[in-house]
Amino acid sequence: MTATAIRWAHRRTRAADAWRQYRAQRAGMAGLIVLAAVTILAIAAPLVADADSLDPTQAPGHRFEPPGARFWLGTDDVGRSVLTLTIYGARMSLLVGVTATVLSVLIGAVVGLVAGHFARATGWVLMRLTDWFLVLPQLVLAIALAVMLGPSAATIIIAIALTSWASTARLVRSATLAVESRGYLERARALGGGHWHLITRHVTGAVAPLIFASATLQVASAILAEATLSFLGLGDPAVVSWGTILSHANDSGAVSYGAWWYVIPPGVLIVAVVAAFTLCGRAVEAIVNPRLREAR
Amino acid sequence: MGVGGWPRFVAVRLGGAAVSLGLVLISAFFIFRVLGGDPVSAMTRDVPATPEQKRQLRHQLGLDDSLAQQFATYVKGVFSGQLGQSYQYRRPVADLIVDRLGATVLLTGTALVLSAGLGLWIGTRAGWRSGSRFDKTHVGVSLALWSAPTFWLGLIMLVVFGRLLGWFPINGMRSPRTADGWWPQTLDIAHHLVLPAVTMAAVIYAQYVLIMRASILEQRGEEYLVTARAKGLTDAAVLRRHAVPNALLPTVTLVFMQLGAVVSGAILTETVFSWPGLGQLAYEALKVPDIPLLQGTFVFFSAAVIIANTCADIAYRILDPRVRTS
Repeated sequence: MTATAIRWAHRRTRAADAWRQYRAQRAGMAGLIVLAAVTILAIAAPLVADADSLDPTQAPGHRFEPPGARFWLGTDDVGRSVLTLTIYGARMSLLVGVTATVLSVLIGAVVGLVAGHFARATGWVLMRLTDWFLVLPQLVLAIALAVMLGPSAATIIIAIALTSWASTARLVRSATLAVESRGYLERARALGGGHWHLITRHVTGAVAPLIFASATLQVASAILAEATLSFLGLGDPAVVSWGTILSHANDSGAVSYGAWWYVIPPGVLIVAVVAAFTLCGRAVEAIVNPRLREAR
Repeated sequence: MGVGGWPRFVAVRLGGAAVSLGLVLISAFFIFRVLGGDPVSAMTRDVPATPEQKRQLRHQLGLDDSLAQQFATYVKGVFSGQLGQSYQYRRPVADLIVDRLGATVLLTGTALVLSAGLGLWIGTRAGWRSGSRFDKTHVGVSLALWSAPTFWLGLIMLVVFGRLLGWFPINGMRSPRTADGWWPQTLDIAHHLVLPAVTMAAVIYAQYVLIMRASILEQRGEEYLVTARAKGLTDAAVLRRHAVPNALLPTVTLVFMQLGAVVSGAILTETVFSWPGLGQLAYEALKVPDIPLLQGTFVFFSAAVIIANTCADIAYRILDPRVRTS
């Protein structure tokens, strides 16, 4: 067997092992099932609902129709089906949530790795900056950035990523410090491994599971943040996401009309998806960090 | 206490806070002046202006100066309480903030007392009997509340209790037709306060339950509790006199770390309920967008959170004799 084959066999066993541990956690499995269902719904949206009916000028129903046989979840202020809106909204909400998280975790991981590896002056400065971002009210900073960059989906992704990387950076830094004190790193250093080699070949691999666990948890807050910023009107108004649906509902007077069917569905899905990501994240965390297992 | 003792510790903390506040000013300047582009073209977007007028406006606002000079003027302004003039209200931003502060303090204060009282109590009971039905129910409820967007909870509250049941008013802080006098006015405000305060409390409450529960869980394995039981104390006394005081300390720190979440809660709650506080002011500013006003609320909220955090940090050392190093 070649070295590569051995490495891959080892990876397969470890993945199978992790999956076995994950499956044993009921809450984590429940979260995963919810996520799978919503993701399939989002991908298959064109098969179950007609995208053309999202155009306000081609709305099939009347203003604020309550739920009935034709529109299971009623209609919005211009007569579009709330069910169709909610199904299509899943696409943008998931996409923005996941993209913003990837970007945020990337920034956080790089800052954390660098701060942990160059622990002296560079690390100190980076950590003071991280602490500052941790303390600052996230939403206020995100609003400021989003307003100045102009409303669009990209703006929301950037605003979320720039305001949420700090917790990942802290976590990755402390994990990096722990890994760097281990024997095999000393050996690699003694053999003449440079900074780049040490970070990419040794530290990153050891820290990766932790990064994954924190990323899963962070998708939950990113989806909440997307909904919040869109609700405040900082997203692209032409794009349908759960946040923009609720924003329209609020602006169009759904509350004073008593149109509960317009408000409840997108929110229920936000709660379900955010809770599902949180449950999955906690399950992954319990595998990565066995100390937590007993406490939960 | 280590080298230098208390004065040194307090000085280091205050120095750190001063640096953080300086960073807030720099970032505000960067975001609103550099990132946002030319404020003059933003101001004259709806009103036609000749190049001559624009030049004059630019001169008036001090935009001819170098960036460093502009920053110096800006910092000087902030320290003398001048945060600029709001575009939409045509009033100084500082005055607007002072006007709206009371309503926000009333709302967040009520929500914090409600959520901390209930959250810490439920969290303690859940952690003490972890795995029980009570624990599972409350962890589930807290997770669901934590996952719910604040503004959505607010909308649901409005639709159900404001519109469908009609128990509470659906916006603002006062009704115009309330009789004069202290009692009618106070009752009217209290009536308006119920829904926003409950909405805001619900979201913060979830955090308190989960943090306090984890903290109690951590204490439960400690040996001093075994000693307390061996002395013959009842279970309730062990919890009240030994576990809770020790679990409260880390909880208090974490609660202060979450102050940013309280600020976002205030912004969203006030937006949904049209509560005339700072959060609504920030929302009005971002709608226009009214850059000086937005910048003012940004600086104010950030500074408030940093100052509160520093105070909490210092108070923590006073409360916890075990913490010795800074």
